[in-house]
Formats: sequence, C-alpha cells, structure tokens
Amino acid sequence: MFPLLLLLCLPPALAAVDCVNEYRNGYQVRLSIKTALGDQAYDWNESELFLFRATIAFAMRKFTKTEAYEVSNIVVCNQTPRVSFWFIVTSPENPAQAISKNIVEQAVRESRNRINNAFLLTDKSLEFLGIPPTLAAPINPDTPPWLIVFGVVIGAVCAGIVALLIMSFVKRRRGKKAKEVPEEEDQAKGTDKAVTGETFEDRNGVYNLGFADDDRFTQL
Amino acid sequence: MGEQGLTGRDGDKPERASSTEERPKWDSKAQYLLTCIGFAVGVGNVWRFPYLCQIYGGGAFLIPYLIALVFEGLPLLYLELAIGQRLRLGSIGVWNSISPYLGGVGVSSMVVSFLVSVFYNTLLAWVLWYFFHSFQDPLPWSQCPVNENLTGYVEECVKSTPVNYFWYRETLNISPNIETNGSLHWWIIVCLGTAWLIVYICFIRGIETIGKAVYFTATFPYLVLTIFLIRALSLPGATDGLIYLFTPKWELLKNPQMWLDASTQIFFSLSVAFGGLIAFSSYNPLDNDCEVDAVIVGCVNSATSIYASIPIFAILGFKATSNYNSCVESNILALTNAFDIGDSNITHTNYDDWFTHLNKTDPVSVSQLDLKECDLQTFLDQSASGTGLAFIVFTEAVIKMPGSQVWSVLFFVMLFSLGLSSMFGNLEGVLTPLHDLNMVPKWMPRELFTALVCLVCFLMALIFTMGSGNYWLEIFNTYVGSVPFLVIALFELIGIVFFYGTERFCKEIEFMTGRRPNLFWKVCWMGISPLMLLVVFLAYIVVQVQTTPTYPAWNPDYVNFPRTEVQPYPDWVFAICVLLATVPVLPIPFVALYRLARPITTRQPANHNTTAFSE
Repeated sequence: MFPLLLLLCLPPALAAVDCVNEYRNGYQVRLSIKTALGDQAYDWNESELFLFRATIAFAMRKFTKTEAYEVSNIVVCNQTPRVSFWFIVTSPENPAQAISKNIVEQAVRESRNRINNAFLLTDKSLEFLGIPPTLAAPINPDTPPWLIVFGVVIGAVCAGIVALLIMSFVKRRRGKKAKEVPEEEDQAKGTDKAVTGETFEDRNGVYNLGFADDDRFTQL
Repeated sequence: MGEQGLTGRDGDKPERASSTEERPKWDSKAQYLLTCIGFAVGVGNVWRFPYLCQIYGGGAFLIPYLIALVFEGLPLLYLELAIGQRLRLGSIGVWNSISPYLGGVGVSSMVVSFLVSVFYNTLLAWVLWYFFHSFQDPLPWSQCPVNENLTGYVEECVKSTPVNYFWYRETLNISPNIETNGSLHWWIIVCLGTAWLIVYICFIRGIETIGKAVYFTATFPYLVLTIFLIRALSLPGATDGLIYLFTPKWELLKNPQMWLDASTQIFFSLSVAFGGLIAFSSYNPLDNDCEVDAVIVGCVNSATSIYASIPIFAILGFKATSNYNSCVESNILALTNAFDIGDSNITHTNYDDWFTHLNKTDPVSVSQLDLKECDLQTFLDQSASGTGLAFIVFTEAVIKMPGSQVWSVLFFVMLFSLGLSSMFGNLEGVLTPLHDLNMVPKWMPRELFTALVCLVCFLMALIFTMGSGNYWLEIFNTYVGSVPFLVIALFELIGIVFFYGTERFCKEIEFMTGRRPNLFWKVCWMGISPLMLLVVFLAYIVVQVQTTPTYPAWNPDYVNFPRTEVQPYPDWVFAICVLLATVPVLPIPFVALYRLARPITTRQPANHNTTAFSE
C-alpha cells in the first residue's frame, strides 16, 4: 500500500500538485465490489486503478472535446481497503493546476454510465461522493399500462352485459307468445298443491309447471 | 309480497291466491351452499381475522373465537336460513309475516345492506386499481417516482415509503383531513364504475347468473390461498412469522376485550342480519336441510379464516425478516463507510462483534452514525388490518418476492372474488325485499330495476372517490357496519323467541326438514345467544362511548410525518356518525309503533296473511 502511495504521488509531486492538499478540487470514490458482484467479484489492484484513471481521462476528453487528457493527469491518493480513494484531475497544459470540481463533476455525470459499465458496477456500488446520480428519466408510455388492462376488462364486461340483455329480451319475447297456453293448466294444478296441508297457502313458491320441473323434492 | 319470476317473466306479480307464482330457485344445492359460503367468506376473513389472531396471542384467540362460533354464530345462521326457507320471502316479507310489529327489522336489514353495498364496492374499486397496476414491470409501488428536474425522488415518498406513497398519494390522493374534500378523482371513479358493472353483470338474471358466478368467486380464493401457502412456506422468515402468529399467549384470555373482539368478529364475519342469507335460502325447496347448511357455512367460514391466516403470516414473517435484514445492512454500510473497512467484511453474523469492537475503539464516531436498532420482534409486531394490510403491508411483501407481478395479480384477483361474492349477498338483501314489497313497477323488467339500484349505489359511492373518501369510508365501516347489525340480530332472536315462539318455530322446521331442532339449538336461541349478543352490544357501546372518536389522517405537513396524525372528528362529522349508527335501526320502533297505532284487523296489507299464523 505505502509504495503504491509513494508511486502515485511521485509524478504529481514533481509538478507540485499534492492530491492530499487539493481536497476541494477532488472527489472521493467508493467501490463496493464484493457486495455488488458476490462470487464474481474481482480484486482491486493496480491495474484496476489504472483502468479507473483511464476512464476518468476518457470522461474528461469526451466532455471537453479535446484529446489532451492523459492517464497521468488523473491523480489518485488516500486509498483504503474499503475500497475508497480520492482523485483529482490536473490540467494537461499545466500539471501543477487542478481542474475545477465543477467541470470534473459534469464530465463524470455525462459519462457515468460508461464508467459504471467498465467496472460492472452501478451508481450505488461505484459512488462518487458529492456527485448525485442522474436518475433515469421515467419511461412515460403514451397510454399508461393500467388503462390498457382496464380497457380490456371493461370491454369484456360491457360485451357480456349487452349479450345477456339481448338474450333476455329475445327470451321474453318468445315467452310472451307461449304464455297464454299453459295458464289454465297451471291454475288447476296450483289449487291441488294448496291442499297439501301447508299453512302458508300460495305464498310458498307453487311452481309454475310450465317452466319448472316437478321434482322439487328430489332437487337435493 | 309478489314473487318475482326469473328470465322470461315480465314482472308477473300476482296478488296472493289469484295466480300461480314462480320464485327463482337454485340450479343445485352446491350453488346455494357456495353462494352462502361466498357471502360469509369475505375480505374480512383475510385481513381482519389474522390481525386479531396476532394481537390476541395466536392460538389462544381461537378459544373465544370457536366458543362464539358455536354459541352465537351457528344459532343465528340456522335461524336465518330456516326462516328464509320457510317463509320464502326476503327480509321485509319474512319479518312482516312473523309479526307485523317486527316488520321494521326487515326494513332495517335492507337499509343496512344498502349502505354496506355502497361502501363495500369502493373497496373492490381500490382492489381493481391495484389489479390494473399489477401488469407493469417494475411494480409502481416498488420505487419512488422522480421529481421534475430528475435530481431526486419525490419528497413525500422519500420520507415515508414507496408503498405508502402509492397508496395515499397516487391511489387515494388523500386530503390532509376529513374536512378538506378535495376533488373527485377520475381514476377511482373509473375503477368504481368497472366494479359496479361487474356486480351488475353477475346480478343481471338474479340468482341464475349469481349461481354461475359463485362457482368461480367462491372457489378461486381457496386456490390462491393454497398457492400462496406453498410459495410462502419456502420464503425465508416464513417460519418466524408462523411461530409468532400461533404462539399462544394464554394470559390474554383474561382480557375481556379479547372475548368482545372474538364475538364481534364471528358475528360480522358470518354476515347475519344483512337479509342476504334470508333471501338466498328463500329460493330453496321447502324440504332442504337447513340445519346441516348452517353448520357447514359456519364451519367453512371459520376454517377459511384460520386457513387464510397461515399464508398471510408466513408472508408477513418473510417481510419482517427482509426489513430486518435491510436494517442490519444499512447499519453495516454505515459502519463500513465510516471506518473504511473492507467491503463485505462485516456480515450479518459478525456484525455484533464488529460493533462492540468499533464502539470500544471509537465510541464518538459510532454514536455519530446514528445506527438504527434492528430487532426482528419489532418488525413482526408491525401488524396491520384492513386496507392497511392489503394495500401497504402485503404489497410491500410482494415486491420482495421474485415474480412479483404474478403474485400481485393473484392476490388482487383473490381479494376481488372474496369481495364480489360478499357483494352478492349485500345487494341481494336490498333487491329481494324491494321485489317482495311490490315496489318495482310492473312495466319495469328485472334487469332495468337492478341497473337502477346499481346506478344509485354507484352515485352515492362517489363520496368515497373524493380526496377525503378514505376517511368517510372508515366512518361508514365503523358506524354502519357494527352497531345496527347487533341490534337487528338481537331483535331477530327476540322476534322468534318471544313473538313467534320457539316451539312453533321448531315445529315449522320439523315440517320442513323432518326433524326437530335438538335441545342445543333451543337453549341457544332462547338463552345463550341473545344473552351473548346483548353483552356484546352493551360492551361495544360502552367501549365506543369511552373512546373519543378520532381518526388517523395522512398529512405530509405533519411534524411527525410519516406517522399518521390522529385528529378528532369535527362535530358535524360526528353527528353524521351517530346518524349512520342510529337511522338504520329506527325503522324497528317506528314500524312497531305504526302498527300499534293502526290495528291490523282493519286492513289487509298486501304483504302477508295474518290468518296463516293460527294463534
């Protein structure tokens, strides 16, 4: 760890930019590799750090639309086993001068997705403390999905209602025509039933035999 | 008391002895039983009983519950099914027949059924709303929506939880208190309209269509509960939930509140005093064995409650475990970040060791971190009943389960079927008496009349689609859905025992089924059940009077938000509450006094024939 630190600080030290003292222009980065990737987690080592510096350089290039930034312009310090560290970006023309925080933030935000994907991580597991993640714009479909489901349900129900009403109407028409014939027959049978000792007379469903089957006692 | 013909009969309402009548009848006994079971088994079995079981110490609660079932529930059930089957009329006709002075009991039943129909279907409208939203990936209540400038999440959602936000803001768009009405919300009106259309299509041909619909609505919930049971038992933490639920706390048996809650739960769960059961059994053949039916319906209802609480609590246990794990993980993250410890070095198992170590070495920093107290018991204790259980707690559990859309769809279809089959009974308790009272003009076909009743209910339910709708629904639920039923049931028992006479009633039953009710039933009807009901009623009144009426309001500006703000009801609202509890019951004394004032022998009302009851 210590030699690493020395090695990293050496080139900037030559240019008199001390990452440790330039906190106000630097950002802290925190990675949670094991939590995010579980069994497929890779070890954090020098090469991974090199990749990180390269992606930040890429982000700066993309944002400023120049090809000036090199990996050496990204200075990293204060690494911990967490894994977390600070980095600052130095200007390509003048390695002694740090690029302002604002520009770095905008650059990172613009290329956040690419940076995340380089490490197989997400906004949550690769944190830039102080740079809020750009939340994905909500997908607003033209018709909300729930209206579609509602449309299907209500269409089916209305179709059912209309169908049943039509069927009832048709049946009633047919029933009216056939009604006159069995009525006298019913009345005769009706009085028969009333004699069976029921104290409630005709109030108890004496069945209209034209329409019901007469085995009401075997119904069960 | 005109009998209403079914399809093909156009309002053929004969006057007593003049012509033959046709009362609709069930296609089969299975249909009838399923309808009664579906009516009794409602959403309360899923979201009220498990909650009661939990707060009253699991296994111990079953004791007063089963005692109340046997001595209070079954006798009332048997009574209603028998009188409906014997007298073959809806609730108003039946009570007019038993005693003209008791006609008011039927009217009360009808009024109360009407009021319950109005608010109960609003619950189904909400269930439909969630059902419609279950076809999205990810589920809309799983994450907070982003704010306008895409920098963060909506503040109200961040302070509470996404499920709470979705329920209170996106579904209800609830106002901060009951006085603020807010506007009518079109999306809920749309769902409400759908719910009423579905109810209408099932009622279009009376019990012919209901009888077919119940094959699905009464059986589907059992299928879903079984699927959930199998799934839930494989989730981590399920056994914790089940142990928590069923561990009996015997000392709670000394708490009278527990007995009161058990009695009221049985009573409301069986849906007696609605008039719906009377209506359903009035379509039975005369010799149907109603004693066996009553026992079947009562026992199946209670068994369903117990069976439903198993997957519910398995899932709640899973949710509590997930919440506990999240809590520990956030603590771990805080420690890891503050002390720059290697990622994933602190795990759930060695968290305590790390914590004590770090606390010893650097207590100042540790206390600055403001770590949360993570206790599984606290999470298990977070119980909920009613809409809170279904729309907040359960939806939160569902998003943690893989394949959430499937579980969400299943759950809400199950809730909808449970509620729909109960709606059948609610609305039947309104339609049948109206038909029997000859209030339907002869030219109006049955379908049109049913449509009109549904339309009136829908328009009244628009109150619940406003910003303050949920508060009003709670009022209806608490005041309409409690005291009036107790009073009606009490008068039903008094009516049969004192006005009609138990002996005569037993003779009628013997005529129907071929055997007299045995001593147990007689003792219950004459003594135990009325006594239990009276005690429950008085205790209920006493408890209500002692508690100041308050309600929990969801107010984002509240100091302690996201906790709900407990507000008292304003006076005018409380007056409405009292009205809702008393007006449905007023027909009982009014009709009695009316009949006393105008002696019956001077006129023959079209509804009954008093000479049929040889005194």
